Amino acid sequence: MKRFIGFAKKEFYHIFRDKRSLFILFGMPIVQILLFGFAITNEINNVDIAVLDHSKDATTLEIINKISASKYFSIKQIVEGEADIESIFKKGKIKAILSFENEFNKKLIKENKATIQIITDATDPNTANTISNYVNAILQNYQKELNIDTKNTYQIIPQTRMAYNPELKSVFMFVPGVMTIILMLVSAMMTSISITREKELGTMEILLVSPIKPFQVIIGKVVPYIFLSVINAIVIIVLSIFIFKMPVQGSLLLLAFESVLFIISALALGILISTISATQQTAMMISLMGLMLPVILLSGFIFPISSMPFALQVISNIVPAKWFIIIVKGIMLKGVGLQYLWKETSILLGMTVFFIGISVKKYKIRLE
Amino acid sequence: MKTIAFIIQKEFKQIFRNKGMLRIIFILPLLQLIILSNAATFEVKNIRFAYIDNDHSSLSRALIEKFNASTYFNVLAHFSSESQANSSMLNGEVDVVLVIPQHFQRDLQNNKYQNLGVTINAIDGAAAGVENVYTNQIVQSFNKNLKVELLQPSDLITQPINIITIPSFWYNETLNYKTFMVPGILVLLVTMITLFLSGMNIVREKEIGTLEQINVTPIKKSEFIIGKLFPFWVIGMGLLTIGLIIAKLIFNVPMVGSLVLMYAYTSIYILVVLGIGLFISNFTDTQQQAMFIAWFFTVIFILMSGLFTPIESMPIWAQIVTEFNPVKYFVEVMRMVMLKGSGFMDILPQLSKTLLYALIMNGLAVWSYKKTS
Amino acid sequence: MNNNNVIEVEDLTKMFGDFTAVNAITFEVKKGEIFGFLGANGAGKTTAMKMLIGISHPTSGKAKVAGYDVYTNTEDIKKNIGYMSQKFALYDDLTVKENITFFGGIYGLSRARINEKAKELINDLGLKDVANHLVGSLPLGWKQKIAFSVSLLHDPKVVFLDEPTGGVDPITRRQFWEMIYKASQSGTTVFVTTHYMDEAEYCDRVSIMVDGKIEALDTPRKLKEQFSVETMNDVFLKLARG
Repeated sequence: MKRFIGFAKKEFYHIFRDKRSLFILFGMPIVQILLFGFAITNEINNVDIAVLDHSKDATTLEIINKISASKYFSIKQIVEGEADIESIFKKGKIKAILSFENEFNKKLIKENKATIQIITDATDPNTANTISNYVNAILQNYQKELNIDTKNTYQIIPQTRMAYNPELKSVFMFVPGVMTIILMLVSAMMTSISITREKELGTMEILLVSPIKPFQVIIGKVVPYIFLSVINAIVIIVLSIFIFKMPVQGSLLLLAFESVLFIISALALGILISTISATQQTAMMISLMGLMLPVILLSGFIFPISSMPFALQVISNIVPAKWFIIIVKGIMLKGVGLQYLWKETSILLGMTVFFIGISVKKYKIRLE
Repeated sequence: MKTIAFIIQKEFKQIFRNKGMLRIIFILPLLQLIILSNAATFEVKNIRFAYIDNDHSSLSRALIEKFNASTYFNVLAHFSSESQANSSMLNGEVDVVLVIPQHFQRDLQNNKYQNLGVTINAIDGAAAGVENVYTNQIVQSFNKNLKVELLQPSDLITQPINIITIPSFWYNETLNYKTFMVPGILVLLVTMITLFLSGMNIVREKEIGTLEQINVTPIKKSEFIIGKLFPFWVIGMGLLTIGLIIAKLIFNVPMVGSLVLMYAYTSIYILVVLGIGLFISNFTDTQQQAMFIAWFFTVIFILMSGLFTPIESMPIWAQIVTEFNPVKYFVEVMRMVMLKGSGFMDILPQLSKTLLYALIMNGLAVWSYKKTS
Repeated sequence: MNNNNVIEVEDLTKMFGDFTAVNAITFEVKKGEIFGFLGANGAGKTTAMKMLIGISHPTSGKAKVAGYDVYTNTEDIKKNIGYMSQKFALYDDLTVKENITFFGGIYGLSRARINEKAKELINDLGLKDVANHLVGSLPLGWKQKIAFSVSLLHDPKVVFLDEPTGGVDPITRRQFWEMIYKASQSGTTVFVTTHYMDEAEYCDRVSIMVDGKIEALDTPRKLKEQFSVETMNDVFLKLARG
């Protein structure tokens, strides 16, 4: 045990002596969470759109005003003809064009219906769809107003309650994700070079001949970084709560426990990468190239997992970040306790044990 | 001049001799391109739907049936109480819960309107918004058919006014997310590889001691940097080419615009990334530091590129920050040229900014490399 | 500058913040000499050498190498010197031949000349069998010899060797010094730092640095007389203690 403590101490000193790396390790996640918390949102605001009004009558004017008044849209251009649409879209600034058919008002009165085309630049299909939906919503409201006097229509009116996030703040969706991916990537990166570094510097031999057991070596390399990552986690959580006003409906203690568990799983993954890499460069490339996109894309951070093809949904199960995001959202936004999260927690635990186990095994192989 | 050739020769030999790295440089990104492009979609489907029917009337059943028939919703369960439903939503099992009140059918016939309880798991605000829209659409269309069902002779019939909206999705009629995401993810992968390779390259020579040896030779700074840039530039272009072929063959991404323009732009873009990488490499002492810094910028470049969340949605100060994000320009150009067929004049703003960026970053890289300290 | 001097140093100083690593050293090195730049680890030898080879700016003082000023003409200096760093600095992931080609090319040698020199070098060192092996796979002693030969590829006026014989067996060290003699005989000045005092015996003249200052500068024989000792090792011990 004493040997182990001595070993862990040495690892500690290594880390804390490298002031520059330390600064990077702490400073960067803070900058990132602040940046992303504010910047990553898919609420649409002031989207530049244009109007092609073939009618130019009182009704179209009223509709255009309504759209202009909404905070979602900003009418930047008036288009004169169909031919202009292509060049406008090619320039890339205008995202949608609302085209009113001619004799709009007349048609509404005589035939009780008139058409508006919502022409969107769907190279960004998400924004296009959202714009379409929002315009539709505004028009439906307007339509309701027009029909208020109409008698005898049966109306079922949905009274919608948005659970856990009544104001539909996208911060609630993204901040847990940002927390998770920053913690995961930083932790995995930190440990990924720890063993390969010893290999490259040649100090590995010293370790191998010492009486420290392989298991102790692996754990000894993880322990100092737990401390570092926990500090990172605390800072990130504090920032989320105070600056982004994330609620903590559930137990802070449980959040702390789960965070530590997640951190350990990420560190263990890093160690695993370390044991299978020959050089520092390889280890770094694997942890950077191999983790970055899969974690961002498959964790449910931005894209809902339920919308992915089945094969990918299965693969997403091996991404530790996915489970942690569920846990964080559960605790902070829903206020649930361990009884709802035991499945996710045990999966994280299992992954950690698995990563450490394989690392120890690979490390033992070197001994032989 | 000739010295550059020698450096290029050495770098290429080192890269291609390292089989492990080759796999990481080529196979890993392309594998990710193929697999992960399928992940990126904001489409909301398979909405897990549950209901509480306190009425059990033919009307309530008809309403539920409408949800069942919709391709967006999966009717998973019905609950007998709100607490059951709440518990299920807490557990993450359902997304939308419909509550039909008692005497639903009777009250609707008498009063002409009825309220319907809808609870949506709004943690993903955007998805919740979409689910809300779909729910409303189904209810509205149900409403329209109601009068036919419940019409009583004493009713006067007045037609409601209908504003018909026809959505038209240009360049991507089927709202195929892949059309949009595949080129974007390719951009990210090329960026990451070139940034990481260039970022760690000079530091590595520093760490193993060969950089000192090189600094004692009469080689010019610019020759050295160019010699190091070129192989990575080639790798970046190569990766792009293979990626585009995959995009076309496997994902059928349209390539409407000029491929020449695409390549021309990319060749300048890669220089920006390489310049940033070399600049980082000059200032760090260990590969570890270089890696962390490269990671820092990469995550920011990726998340603020406009690929996953629109730049227009960001606060103004954040949008200004993205002006310094080279990936943002690449994503814009890629979409404009490949998907819309935009021409040289259309992408001139992005092109000139990227060119400027390339000149500045590489100038900085050369300037900050000191043969004598 | 005295035409016979290949290196001239006057009051050369290097400070890092408050710490003076090299403290106003003065000496010259004549053409064709084997000059031993001795001192304990940390005495400042490597720092001093870095200034002479043009990769470190002096804080104050004057120095000229191969007729060029170390402040203003570092690039010209580099054209005329060779260098073998403490870490031997060859690329482990390139073959012997590839390393030779690379460094030869950096020094501006034509491909023809490089091939010629490569053949020569490989023959002289008996490396025919391993010419196409990665340098990383070779034993330390061979790497050393290759690194030394590479530093001479462009026929420099002076070659700077920083602790060239670290970590190898006595026989290999002996062989290495024979290579140094050969180079010196063909007119190349050799400036070598070492902390092996027995190697000092092989030099024409030596200087001994203690804590940044040169405490002794003469031929080995004269120094031994001066301090009334048998070996250079004893000279050093006397200086270090004194």
